[in-house]
Amino acid sequence: MDAKAAEMLRKSQKKRNIKKNLIAYSFIAPNFIGFAVFTLVPMMFAFLLAFLEWDGNNPIKFVGLENFKALVKDKFFLASLKNTIIYSIGTVPLTLVTSLLLAVVLNQNIKGRAFFRTLGFFPYVASLVAVTSVWTMVFHASKGPVNAILYYVFKIPKEKLPNWFAGNLVLLMLILFSVWRFMGYYMVMFLAGLQTIPKELYEAGTIDGANAWQRFRYITLPALKPTTFLVTVMLTINCFKIYDIAIMLAGGSQNTLSVSAMVLVYYIYQNAFNFWKLGYSSAVAMVLFVLVFSVTLIQFKIQENYANE
Amino acid sequence: MRSKRKLEILKKSVLYFILLIMSAIMILPFLWMLSSSVKLDREVFNMNPFVWIPKNPRWKNYVDIWTKVPFFKYVQNTVILTIVVTALQILTSSFAAYAFAKLDFKLRNKLFFAYVSTIAMPWQVYMVPQFLMMRSFGLNDRLLAIVCLQAFSAFGVFLMRQFYLTIPDSLCEAARIDGMSEYGIYLRIMLPLSKPAIATLTIFTFVATWNDYLGPLIYLKSQNKKTIQLGLKMFINQYSSEYGLIMAGSVMSLIPVIIVFLCLQKYFVEGIASTGIKG
Repeated sequence: MDAKAAEMLRKSQKKRNIKKNLIAYSFIAPNFIGFAVFTLVPMMFAFLLAFLEWDGNNPIKFVGLENFKALVKDKFFLASLKNTIIYSIGTVPLTLVTSLLLAVVLNQNIKGRAFFRTLGFFPYVASLVAVTSVWTMVFHASKGPVNAILYYVFKIPKEKLPNWFAGNLVLLMLILFSVWRFMGYYMVMFLAGLQTIPKELYEAGTIDGANAWQRFRYITLPALKPTTFLVTVMLTINCFKIYDIAIMLAGGSQNTLSVSAMVLVYYIYQNAFNFWKLGYSSAVAMVLFVLVFSVTLIQFKIQENYANE
Repeated sequence: MRSKRKLEILKKSVLYFILLIMSAIMILPFLWMLSSSVKLDREVFNMNPFVWIPKNPRWKNYVDIWTKVPFFKYVQNTVILTIVVTALQILTSSFAAYAFAKLDFKLRNKLFFAYVSTIAMPWQVYMVPQFLMMRSFGLNDRLLAIVCLQAFSAFGVFLMRQFYLTIPDSLCEAARIDGMSEYGIYLRIMLPLSKPAIATLTIFTFVATWNDYLGPLIYLKSQNKKTIQLGLKMFINQYSSEYGLIMAGSVMSLIPVIIVFLCLQKYFVEGIASTGIKG
């Protein structure tokens, strides 16, 4: 082949490649442009904003680490951080246990299995505003059925009946409500994990004389480890992002959430849209980011260890 | 042999007992909601005796919610938003996912990495800069803001791509040899094959958009722009002691989601199981 022909071949190859790339980009463009403009750009801007002082109208001031320094002394921020963490510590294990239990039960060969699986899901798809309005009624301090049972059945005097949406009980309410709402979702993930366990393992276990608990402990649990990690990470991240549940159950309105129900995302919202302290609000957002990022990182590390095993 | 049978029965009873309790916890709040929605306020909290279906069901609650607040406008806004967002999401995501799964091009892995790395980043971290940007575009207090916010998710691209990867490449190769263009392959082969993935994405997007609270709260300020969730919340605050009404509104807000969910739930369950993201 002479040089001229080779050159021509190369050129037409290059042309084809450009065309190939262009076609591919035409597929990606509609989504990518929207994604870049409305997600990537504001994401980068969020990091910058944390080091600024700005109310959205007046000139922007660069303040370095001042926002973060102020956070350390801010009792509302500390409360929101504490509440978010306590809420997560309560919600994660409870949801794990209940969703796993539900998955194990619904993995058995029982009648109406599909129906029960669908049922477990209902709280998750139902609108939050609607279901929280029921909850606030059910746990209503003076009129709700829960306190009525405490009064009529357990003979607890009226003045000692708990106010479920005030003080320390708020966090408990948030936790119970979240477990109720999310266990169906994670149940499905556990079900998927359960279905990957070979049946032969259980048969072998039964022949070796393992009882139901031993089979669960030594076959099911180890086999579910990857699923459990994934669920734990997702759950934790979702707990860090809690906001709307707190607003609905304890807030009343967007402007009056008590310190006992203050959570990180709420504090981000409040600083930005009520006080217009945009830089400060972004500093809180950075704390949220660091929390979520650490959890994700830990999960990757653990999975890596798994791969090496 | 006999004791084994007994054990089996015992096991089944324990299972059903657990199920029964779980189902009660899951369903009772909804039954209470349904029951209260046709009651007078004083009947709602009447525990002694408690009746599930009142003698004279107060259907008027369902009429009143439409006249006391612009409930129809809220529903209309939400329906428009949900349909537009879901349609855009499916179209653009599946389009992009086809390229990421079946085409070879420059920067493919880098671009896809950009998508994936943002999935772990909570929206709440950048919702404030996003708001500032949208406001500078003049999108504040417009439904379009919510569309821009929700229609181009990394999650959609990721989910569709995962599904396309399971479709054999040889199918596309054969079509290419037959002279079909890439657009043709996407439209005639990939799209029809990806019904389960589309159903999953539809239900995820539909439920998320229909139920979203924080997004509309930030962007939609004027009365005639509000979505059903914002409207219902306002309604609850305004008529905080008219429980029958509130419950009727709550029931109404659930119906569309329940219909969509029941139609597509099979795919939804598969979707969660296979992707394991978004909570």
